[in-house]
Amino acid sequence: MESGRIKVDYLSRLEGEAALDVTIQNGEITDLQLNVFEPPRFFQSFLVGRKYYELPEITARICGICPVSYQMTALSAIERAFGVQVSEQTRSLRKLYALSQFIQSHALHIYMLAAPDFLGYESVISMASAYPEEVKRALRLKRLGNDLTALIGGREVHPVTPQIGGFSDLPSGKSLQAVAKRLTVAMEEAMDTARLVGQLSVPNIEWDLTYVALSQQQEYAVNGGRLVSNQGLDIDPADYRDYLHERHISHANALHSTMGNGSSFLVGPLARVNLNFAQLSPRAKEAAVLTGVAFPSNNPFHSVAARAVELVHSIEESLQIIDKLAEPRRENGGYIVRAGCGAAVTEAPRGILSHSYCFNEQGVVLEADIVAPTSRNVHNIEEGLRLFIAKHLDLPEEELRQKCEMFIRNYDPCFSCSVHFLKLRVHG
Amino acid sequence: MSGLPKVAIFKFASCSGCQLEFLNLEPVLLDLLGMVDIAHFVMARSAVSPGPYDIGFVEGSIVNAEDVGRLKEARAESKLLVAIGACATHGGLQAISNWLPMREVENSVYPNPVQTHPLKSFPVSEYVKVDAALSGCPINKYELVEFIKSALLGVTPRIRPHSVCVECKLAENVCLLVSEGKPCLGPVIRAGCSALCPSRATPCTGCHGPSSDCNVESLRNTFVGLGLHQSDITRHFRKYAALDAEFQKGGRT
Repeated sequence: MESGRIKVDYLSRLEGEAALDVTIQNGEITDLQLNVFEPPRFFQSFLVGRKYYELPEITARICGICPVSYQMTALSAIERAFGVQVSEQTRSLRKLYALSQFIQSHALHIYMLAAPDFLGYESVISMASAYPEEVKRALRLKRLGNDLTALIGGREVHPVTPQIGGFSDLPSGKSLQAVAKRLTVAMEEAMDTARLVGQLSVPNIEWDLTYVALSQQQEYAVNGGRLVSNQGLDIDPADYRDYLHERHISHANALHSTMGNGSSFLVGPLARVNLNFAQLSPRAKEAAVLTGVAFPSNNPFHSVAARAVELVHSIEESLQIIDKLAEPRRENGGYIVRAGCGAAVTEAPRGILSHSYCFNEQGVVLEADIVAPTSRNVHNIEEGLRLFIAKHLDLPEEELRQKCEMFIRNYDPCFSCSVHFLKLRVHG
Repeated sequence: MSGLPKVAIFKFASCSGCQLEFLNLEPVLLDLLGMVDIAHFVMARSAVSPGPYDIGFVEGSIVNAEDVGRLKEARAESKLLVAIGACATHGGLQAISNWLPMREVENSVYPNPVQTHPLKSFPVSEYVKVDAALSGCPINKYELVEFIKSALLGVTPRIRPHSVCVECKLAENVCLLVSEGKPCLGPVIRAGCSALCPSRATPCTGCHGPSSDCNVESLRNTFVGLGLHQSDITRHFRKYAALDAEFQKGGRT
């Protein structure tokens, strides 16, 4: 289209509420806005005045899709503030817990939110009759992730057992072994997922992308590590506010995130696989070959391939952890509440999630700052869309509109999260 | 499109966790799709078929004027309007901020709050008639299935009005409140979770909202007897159902 307007009033198959509005005049994009109209919930305001032990419980409610990440990040930040060291067992169980959510979230996105785009359906519901085996596989993988989350956390949405130092209740060795059997079967289904992704034809759009993720030498970083980028960033994640900035723009209830130099950046599965390919499990590296993508990739459409690779990795590392854990033992995790501040970053399925808190000597929250992964990506989505549309102006309007939706969906955005916390605020 | 009952899922201020529970019904999801036509479910499908709908599920609390309008449209289009989850049934966690000055609340997140037009957070029933409510943060997916089955059969669903204590006793747990002196909200919170938290050595924090005829005053006195600080007692009652009349009394400062 030469001139006109592309409008999507309510973007579907993503979490939360957003709209797209693009104006094109004489072959030039004159205006492009990703409007996030998700109603604000102002978590940041009412966290101030709550007690430290409520943070994993309350912040989990920011996102129904990745509550596990909110709990892990909040706990790490609190433990940093109180100077709590967790045991090796807790560290392993937390990794397993976080990976279970990767399995659930990636299966949900690959099959239910993204695949209909690539296969030409409006939803997984209409896809079910033509692709019954694939849909059943998706449901099995997603259920497995959910069951593992529930085994450790008590339930899959807003789990209840994580607490400072560990968990209030531990899974038995026997129940973990039962899940391990299912994980072994699921490994082949995850490889089939990588094969399926390899058959999808994805649009080609590349630009000079900056990507940011946690990174660790000895393992595929999820709950810890340093915060790095392909442009030389290498910092203690607790210092995130000094390097990653937010600004409020008029058309969105989500703030835009930028690097110090004002440029946008990408977080999430593609950023992680690009930066941490060496730490992937052996089968995950095989899966990468099956997807046909040569990592590192600068094409955001390869996020779906990165998700498939991480699905395989999550299953394989879960098996390793369960093998090592054997029978989890009850631990006596004491800690002392003290005044101070703590910050932490973990990898949610959609990318880096940062929390920062300050407490008084009773453990009452004085300051809270949370930045969700989608807030990090919104600026990058808009920047990429401009390039993408400019390249596809020859397409008919309806097709261009669909391609734009597909481009946005590919980031697996979660606007429910992105709207609630964005800015550092010091309360007196 | 088919002769099946039409179901719509509407989202307001929420985390999407309750609508995710529909997709978390994996083992019965395909069967469910054979029984109802999911006509409006933006998180899961692009196609939206217009109302009227036989059942409209509403997730989320109402926090701005635009949403009051959207809610009224949803009400008009739904024969049966069902509030799902603590946000829709009680205003949710975000209603905690109703006790804070609005200006302070807005400034805490947005540097330019004039753009966000918020009200305080209220349950759906504040603005429209609600035919049924499934409480919980999130809703319990087994209660959801039971509710849909009942609606399809045209019978009154069995929504548990009694307290978590009943399910906790059935699970044969040692009482955290009486035996361990921990501040458990179980006595005043509606069941339906199979005593999830107390069964995992964690006191109930109240995510299912008030049970019928709950004696909040008595529990408040028990908490005082346990030596809880006044501000902690307020935090316990001013949480998932802070706006409930009894809980407002329990959480008085």
